[in-house]
Amino acid sequence: MKKIASAPYIIWMAIFIIVPLIMVAYFAFTSSDGAFTFENITKTEEYIPVFVKSIVLAAAATAICLAAAYPLAYILANMRLNAQSTMLMIIILPMWINLLLKTYAWQTLLGNNGLINSVLGLIGLGPYKLLNTRGAVILGMVYDLLPFMVLPLYTVMAKMDKSILEAAADLGCSKLQSILKVTVPLSVPGIISGITMVFIPAISTFIISRMLGGSSNLLIGDLIEMQFLGNSYNPNLGAGISLVLMAIVLIVMAVISLIDTSGNENEDRVGGARV
Amino acid sequence: MKKFLSLIRAAVPAALIASAAAVLLSGCGNAAGGTVVPNPDTEYYSQLKDEGITLNFANWGDYISDGTDGYPDVISEFEDLTGITINCTTFATNEDLYAKMKAGAADYDIIIPSDYMISKMISEDMLEKLDRDNIPNIGNTDPKYLSREFDPSNEYSVPYFWGVTGIIYNKELVDEEDFGWEILWDEKYADQILMFDNPRDAFAVAENMLGYSMNSEDPAELQAAADLLTRQKPLVQAYVMDEIFNKMGAGEAAVAPYYAGDAVMLMRDYDFLDFKTVDSGANLFIDSMCIPKHAKNKKAAEIFINYLLEPEAALANSDYVGYSTPNAKAFELVSDDIKNNGISYFSDEYLSAHTETFKTLSPDAERLMSDLWTKIRSGK
Repeated sequence: MKKIASAPYIIWMAIFIIVPLIMVAYFAFTSSDGAFTFENITKTEEYIPVFVKSIVLAAAATAICLAAAYPLAYILANMRLNAQSTMLMIIILPMWINLLLKTYAWQTLLGNNGLINSVLGLIGLGPYKLLNTRGAVILGMVYDLLPFMVLPLYTVMAKMDKSILEAAADLGCSKLQSILKVTVPLSVPGIISGITMVFIPAISTFIISRMLGGSSNLLIGDLIEMQFLGNSYNPNLGAGISLVLMAIVLIVMAVISLIDTSGNENEDRVGGARV
Repeated sequence: MKKFLSLIRAAVPAALIASAAAVLLSGCGNAAGGTVVPNPDTEYYSQLKDEGITLNFANWGDYISDGTDGYPDVISEFEDLTGITINCTTFATNEDLYAKMKAGAADYDIIIPSDYMISKMISEDMLEKLDRDNIPNIGNTDPKYLSREFDPSNEYSVPYFWGVTGIIYNKELVDEEDFGWEILWDEKYADQILMFDNPRDAFAVAENMLGYSMNSEDPAELQAAADLLTRQKPLVQAYVMDEIFNKMGAGEAAVAPYYAGDAVMLMRDYDFLDFKTVDSGANLFIDSMCIPKHAKNKKAAEIFINYLLEPEAALANSDYVGYSTPNAKAFELVSDDIKNNGISYFSDEYLSAHTETFKTLSPDAERLMSDLWTKIRSGK
């Protein structure tokens, strides 16, 4: 019975995940006339600066998201239930708006003649160069991906057993101590899934960097898009770059999960909390 | 007051998005009143009336009069006349169109690629031959634009629009009067320069500055052009295609190379913009209507092509889009204002002495160019 129930998922995964992966690998290891080659992978070396830039920008955006989302999720989880659902709604609301439109809005806000510079101009400041910078790309990533950090953190914190916090208070922990020693360790799974959900789309984005990054902030996503959707049509190289990107993402995920499990093994925890 | 105005200017694109969204929601055309073609051959146009055919039409953005801004809606009038529904999609560059067709994801019935892409598609057996008997208006095209190198016997394509490349500039930010492509390398305008986001057009500018042909296949010349483009990169604000409308319109950039027809459309909306033709040499492009191989509705596509060749329909499209019409009968109807605006139509002497049409490059040259382009775009 179990087998029959899982059949649709297995077929789905085979057709839409495994087969495409094999095709990407096939393209990555062949030249345009179908002969086997490592050239697409070795050629990726030329684009190391692009990879580095993508990793740095995605990591920065992830760090900012975490820093901004953690207190928010904490406050949210400790609100009255009614207020929680309203706040949650407000956080999810931007996700209903098309990503392209949201990013485009930043173009008009950040431009030299944009809203921000115009307002600053009224009080005699600027204009500052805001658009077409690295900062603008990071801002776009944070703005678009913040809900993906808030939601897993909130879920973990809302489910947290309040009696553990009460026990910590009974045993003399101050509020700050109980956050550091109970809430933070218990929310590690939320932190990890938040990081994963922000870092991966951030590192592979192409539209945010293209719309906000100007001429000199091309990311891996843009590079891959160029190879597939024209401008420099070379699907084999594009597949090679995609494969390398996939490897990088896998390594990052492995490192993150290593932190997670080592934390579990080394600490003597009650329900995950240090006591 | 000026600052206040610029606040409004910043808000305008937001309003534009809203209206663009409204257009998308309402389908391809905006059903507006008025008839474009006064006396169509109803018998010919209604031959497929009851078959419920939908044509997939891949076009450049803003490249047909679709009822926007009160201009006639050529598409919905065609639909009313023939019972054939037009499903519009757009592409940004020839390379984009090619990639979509190569990937097999697109089932277009009509496409409008440019010259060099047409010959590439012909050589790769991607186009159907047109049935000239089914396109009675095919003779309306001015022979000047026919039998070109990309389709010598006119079997695969019918010209839709033509034009030249040149420089769109902001009169408030640019004080020179006489300039050519070199202004795109002028440090005075650092960070206010936009550049083509496709290899062919970008290389053409650099090649022309170096005195090479825009169809050069010499690796050394291509490398030199790439070096020139690499030197330009620190000055470039962004590499764009149709984003140029927003960026130039909002006064974000000072100079941009682009297609003359789009300058006409931009200058209609923003009087601080102007267009300059380049005497050292510009690209003359011809965008033509073609039918991809294995199109599902070839006959209906030919009827649509025939409709677009009606002088009044061609004129309506040219009026809205701003590009120059290759249709001799439509040209007779073009107003003198447009004929003499210095952007849309040129003397035969100018065209033969100062412009060059793209040819398909050899696969090796093309691969080299796209590799160089990837390096330029991904470099520091």
